[in-house]
Amino acid sequence: MGINKKSVPMREQPPEQRKHNFLEVPLGYSKEEATLEAQRCLQCPTHPCVDGCPVHINIPAFILKIRQNKLQEAIDIIHQSNLLPAITGRVCPQEDQCQAVCIMGNVGDPISIGRLERYVADWELENRKKGEVKIPEKLPPKNKKVAIIGSGPAGLSCAADLAKMGYDVTIFEGFHKTGGVLTYGIPEFRLPKWIVEEEKKFFEKLGVKFETDVLVGRTITIKELMENGFEAVFIGTGAGLPRFMHIPGENLDGIYSANEFLTRVNLMKAYKFPEYDTPIKIGKRVAVIGGGNVAMDAARTALRLGAEHVFLVYRRSRKEMPAREEEIAHAEEEGIEFMLLTNPVRYIGDEKGFVKQAECIKMKLGEEDASGRRRPIPIEGSEFKLDVDQVIVAIGTTPNPIIAKTTEGLKTGRHGVIEVDENMQTSVKGVFAGGDIVTGAATVITAMGAGRKAAASIDKYLRGEL
Amino acid sequence: MFKILKKEKLAPKTFFMEVEAPMIARKAEPGQFIVIRVYEKGERIPLTIADFNRDKGTISMVFQEIGKTTHLLGTKNEGDQISDILGPLGNPSEADYFGNVICIGGGVGIAPVYPLSRKLKQNGNRVTSIIGYRAKDYVFWEDKMRSASDKLYIATNDGSYGEKGFVTDVLKKILESGEKPDRIFAIGPAIMMKAVADLTRSYKIKTIVSLNSLMVCGMGMCGACRVTVGGETKFTCADGPDFDAHLVNFDELMKRLNTYKEEEKISFEKWKEEVKYYGD
Repeated sequence: MGINKKSVPMREQPPEQRKHNFLEVPLGYSKEEATLEAQRCLQCPTHPCVDGCPVHINIPAFILKIRQNKLQEAIDIIHQSNLLPAITGRVCPQEDQCQAVCIMGNVGDPISIGRLERYVADWELENRKKGEVKIPEKLPPKNKKVAIIGSGPAGLSCAADLAKMGYDVTIFEGFHKTGGVLTYGIPEFRLPKWIVEEEKKFFEKLGVKFETDVLVGRTITIKELMENGFEAVFIGTGAGLPRFMHIPGENLDGIYSANEFLTRVNLMKAYKFPEYDTPIKIGKRVAVIGGGNVAMDAARTALRLGAEHVFLVYRRSRKEMPAREEEIAHAEEEGIEFMLLTNPVRYIGDEKGFVKQAECIKMKLGEEDASGRRRPIPIEGSEFKLDVDQVIVAIGTTPNPIIAKTTEGLKTGRHGVIEVDENMQTSVKGVFAGGDIVTGAATVITAMGAGRKAAASIDKYLRGEL
Repeated sequence: MFKILKKEKLAPKTFFMEVEAPMIARKAEPGQFIVIRVYEKGERIPLTIADFNRDKGTISMVFQEIGKTTHLLGTKNEGDQISDILGPLGNPSEADYFGNVICIGGGVGIAPVYPLSRKLKQNGNRVTSIIGYRAKDYVFWEDKMRSASDKLYIATNDGSYGEKGFVTDVLKKILESGEKPDRIFAIGPAIMMKAVADLTRSYKIKTIVSLNSLMVCGMGMCGACRVTVGGETKFTCADGPDFDAHLVNFDELMKRLNTYKEEEKISFEKWKEEVKYYGD
C-alpha cells in the first residue's frame, strides 16, 4: 500500500474575505478529509507523538478510531488526557510538539494531529448542541474542597482532573467571564468564543463551580480561602502583566498594550461597538511591536477592525520570530506589512496627545544571546519616522504580582514567577501553582500540562502522601 | 449579580447607591475602588468605594451621570441588579497618624473623601476638610463630612453656598495664614487635583491624590490606566490609585482621559435615542 506523503490540507477562508470579518480562518476537516488524513498514520509502535504531547494524549489510538469512524470512542480517548480538545486542536503549536516527532515527518508531512483532534472535538461539540453530552466518569465524592485561582488553561485542566477524582472544585476568576487568555486574549477568528462558553458548561456538568468577579488577593486572600474550608489551592493566574519598552511617548493616546487592545476587542466585544459599550480606536495606520503569537493576533485584529496599513515592527528577522509559522503565514497572506530588523525608539504625538509618528531605528543581528537567538543591535544613524495613528505593544508579559504580594511566605523568583518544587507545590503548604505564573509566558498546552501535573500532586497531598 | 438595596438622589445627576456585596464589604478600606459592569453588553468602569458596612455586607458608591454607562446606572432602582462588581481594588489609602491633615474633595470626589477623613480622624489626626461643589443645589453629605472633620470648609463655584470659588481658593487662604498641615489628600476631577498639587508644591507639603484614570481590567493586566509618576510608568489600578501629587504628570492623565471622547458621545447619543431620553 502506498503512503501519501502529503497531509490533507485544511480549507480556509480566503485572505481577501477573512481580513474583513472575525469568523474563524481554518474551516475544519470534513469526514472524508479526516478519514484520509487518519489513514496516513502508520500506527507505529514507538508512537513518539504521545511523548511529544505535553498532556500525553494517546494519539495513535484516537486516530485509529477516526479511521474506523468510531468518533465517540475517539473523543473518549482524547478526554482521558485532555478535556479541551476543541481549543487545543486550534491553538496548540503541534509543529513543535506531537507533529515535530511524528515519524511520518522523516518521509513527508507529519500527520496533522491537531487538525484531527479538532475534527473529533468539533464532532462532539455538534452532538452537544443536540443535547447529547457524555460526561467523563467520576470517582465518588471525596468531600474535600479545592480552590483554583484563574480560569485559564492551567486552572481549567487542573480543575477537570480534580473533579474527575471526586474533589469539590471551585474556580475563582477575576474577570466577569471565564477562560482567561482563551477569552480575553486569543481572537475570535482563531478560537470562537462559543467554544470556550460551551467548554465551561461542560465543566459545570462535571461538577466544577465557577466564581467570577473574585480577584484572589484583593477580594479574598489565599489564607482566607484555606480558613474557609479549602484544603488545597492551585494558582494558575498566568503571566498577565503587560511589558512596555519605557521609551518616550509610550503613554500617548492610541498606544495600547496588546493585552488591553485584545481584551477590549475579545472580552468586551469592542469590535461590535456601539452595540457593545466598550470603545476601541480604529487605527488607519497601525504599528504592532513584537514578533510573537500575540503580536500576530493584534495585527490581524487591527486589520479586521478596518486599518488600511498594519505594520509589524520586529527587532530581529523573520527567522527569529517566536510566533507559530502558521500564524506568521496567515498574517502575511492577509497583507500585514512586516518591518523586520526595526525597533521603535520614541513616539511623537499631536497637540491633543494622540500618537502620530513612531521613530524607529534599523537593527542588525550580532552574536547569539542567552535565548540562543542572535542579538539585535541598533544601526546608528538609521532612524526614520513612521506615520501611525495607533500602536500596539506586544513584547510580552510577566507574571501578575497581586497574589505574590498578598500571600505571606510565597516565594517568587526572576520577574516575579512563583517558585514551585518538583510536585508543583509552592513555599506555602497546600498551595500549588502552574502555568505561566511559574514558567513565564508560554503556551496554552504547556499550562494545561502543568495544571494536570499539579492536580496529581494535589490528590497525593490530600491523601496524605505528599 | 449584585442587588441594589438603596438608591438616593443626592444632587442633580448625582446618585448614591448601596449594593449587596458581602465579600467586597469585608475587605474594603478607604481609598479602594471597584470596577462595575452594569449589564451584559456594558463596559467596565471604575468607581471609588464611597463607603462600606461590613456587618450589613454592603458597599456604596456615589456617581454622577455623564455618559451612557453612568446614565444607565442611574436608571437602576432599588431591587434591581448590577451584572458585575469587582473589588476592592487598588491599595488602601495610607491613613495613619500624621498630625494635622487637610482633606479636599471636589464634586463626587467628596464621597470617597468621607471614609478617608473618618479613618484619619479615628487615627487621631486633626482633620480639616475642604469640599467644593458647583452650586448650592449640588451640596451633599455636608453632615457626614462635618462629623468626620474637626473643621469643615465648603466652597461653591458660584458662591451660592459657603465660600465663593474653588477648593484651591480656600486651601490657599489656609496655607497663607501660616498653617502647616503635615499631609494633604485631594480627590476630585483631574484638573482640581492638578491645581491642588501646583499650590502645595511651593509649600513643600506632601500631597496625595487618588487618580481617576480610564480602566478596563482593574487588576493590572491591561495597562489602560497607566500614568507617569516621577518619570516612571505606573498602573493606577495596581500601583495606586493614590500617588504623590507632586510627581504625577496631570497633563498626560487629562489627555488620556479624553481618548474616547468621540466614542463616548456616539454611545450616549445612541442610548438616548433608544430609551427616548429627554434629559440634557
